[in-house]
Amino acid sequence: MLQVLSKEFNSFLNSLIAYVVIGVFLLSMGLLVWVFPETSVLDYGYADMETLFSVGPYVFVFLVPAITMRSFAEEKKAGTMELLFTKPLTDWDILLGKYFASLLLVWFALIPTLVYYYSIYRLGNPVGNIDTAGVMGSYIGLALLAAVFCAVGIFASCITPNQIVAFIVAAFLSFLVFSGFDSLSTLEFWSANALQVKQLGLLFHYESMSRGLIDARDVVYFVSVIFLMLSITKLILGSRQW
Amino acid sequence: MSLVIQNLTKIYGEQKAINNISFTVQTGEIVGFLGPNGAGKSSTMKIATCYLPPTSGRVLVGGFDVVEQPMLVKQITGYLPEHNPLYLDLYVHEYLAFIGGLYGLRGARLKDRTREMIELCGLTNEQNKRIETLSKGYRQRVGLAQALLHDPKVLILDEPTSGLDPNQLVEIRKLIKDISRDKTVIFSTHIMQEVQALCDRVVVINKGELVADDTLTNLLRRDGKGVTLLAEFEGNVTAQQLSALKGVRQVTVVEGFKFRIATDGEGDLRPEIFRFAADNNLSLIGLKQEESSLENIFRELTAQDPTMP
Repeated sequence: MLQVLSKEFNSFLNSLIAYVVIGVFLLSMGLLVWVFPETSVLDYGYADMETLFSVGPYVFVFLVPAITMRSFAEEKKAGTMELLFTKPLTDWDILLGKYFASLLLVWFALIPTLVYYYSIYRLGNPVGNIDTAGVMGSYIGLALLAAVFCAVGIFASCITPNQIVAFIVAAFLSFLVFSGFDSLSTLEFWSANALQVKQLGLLFHYESMSRGLIDARDVVYFVSVIFLMLSITKLILGSRQW
Repeated sequence: MSLVIQNLTKIYGEQKAINNISFTVQTGEIVGFLGPNGAGKSSTMKIATCYLPPTSGRVLVGGFDVVEQPMLVKQITGYLPEHNPLYLDLYVHEYLAFIGGLYGLRGARLKDRTREMIELCGLTNEQNKRIETLSKGYRQRVGLAQALLHDPKVLILDEPTSGLDPNQLVEIRKLIKDISRDKTVIFSTHIMQEVQALCDRVVVINKGELVADDTLTNLLRRDGKGVTLLAEFEGNVTAQQLSALKGVRQVTVVEGFKFRIATDGEGDLRPEIFRFAADNNLSLIGLKQEESSLENIFRELTAQDPTMP
């Protein structure tokens, strides 16, 4: 698994993908958090990082599929799947190698935003007047959210040899699991069960984490969704043996 | 380490790609795997390398079953797929290091093997280039280097010499011959000279059916039941006149006064024909014994429809 991971990660670094993804993410976040008056912390006047954590997921909805779209789609098109499948690797080795390579890249994009935390920490009046627990909870939530999006993206890449299709499917599915259920729950139709529908979505659990409380139920939810997506992908990879 | 194929059948949906074929490749043997396009060669190889599952039947590589112990099979097998897929964005040495890593080669051993393969396959000047910049012939060498890297006991090569120029052809053939001494090799090809140059034995399949599994000499002899002569006359002569000659089995007109004469194979008929021409005052302007080449045998074997009785 590690060989696949390092090869995948190296090919991110050797192509423009890694730099474009990290660059675009940091640039858009920087503009939103510090420059654009509507969302800027400086104009808002309160020492919190709400902007990063509320807009971040929507940026991820587009950015993560851009990273994951090539993982299986490209290999299918180039025929290199046959190469991997005839090497002494299990399907899980291949799948997890690719998954963690993408995830690692997204997490790398997230690390520099810790500077925002430090800046806001210093800017607070008095210094350090920021909800540290809430920020850390949100970071963990965002990291887990990226992990779910990566799993969704890998799945989408596995079902088609076309990268653009993989991108669109991944972006749509990510958006659906993130805020789709939340929007659905507002339908009149559910009335009594609205909360249950809402709880199916990522947003509910993400928000609950950003309050600074790491609830085991939320973590279990995230991990289950990741496991579910990867298992379906594994099933599709294994379907050549049917 | 042998390769054993027992009653192998592969069905894609409605289409039967391989129908109940069995053959064995012994250690140290080079077997040529022949058949027209779509005969099921690649499918057989894909099953033997654990890429596709058999519909029924068994394939044992070095004693390991491809369905039950795929990891052990993959570890001892070197495989060059038909279209030679490569990671085009990697450098040659980087690619080989990656593949070596997958087989569990590490550190100094990985370095040594990579260097050896680069030298063996004549890639020394290309090792620091990206694979996408290489020509077809060099890519084929990278594919071969990749298949040989972990010193596999069993080599499965699907058209290893496609797209090579005549010089490279000779080199690659020599390479396969050299490395195959203690290995089991099966390779598919469309080039008959290659079979004659490399193989101990030939397996021919047609439309999923095994039509021949024999040594090269036996196969060539098999056709020798009747020698065919090609005779060309200048003047007026009919096929009936020629058929009347002793020892002639069948006469067919090729064009004009050119005849293909099938003999019953007892003794050389050429002096007889010459005398016939002299007696009848005809000018014999061509007389040739047709070699029964592997190409003819191949055509003969694969022309018949195996579904017909």
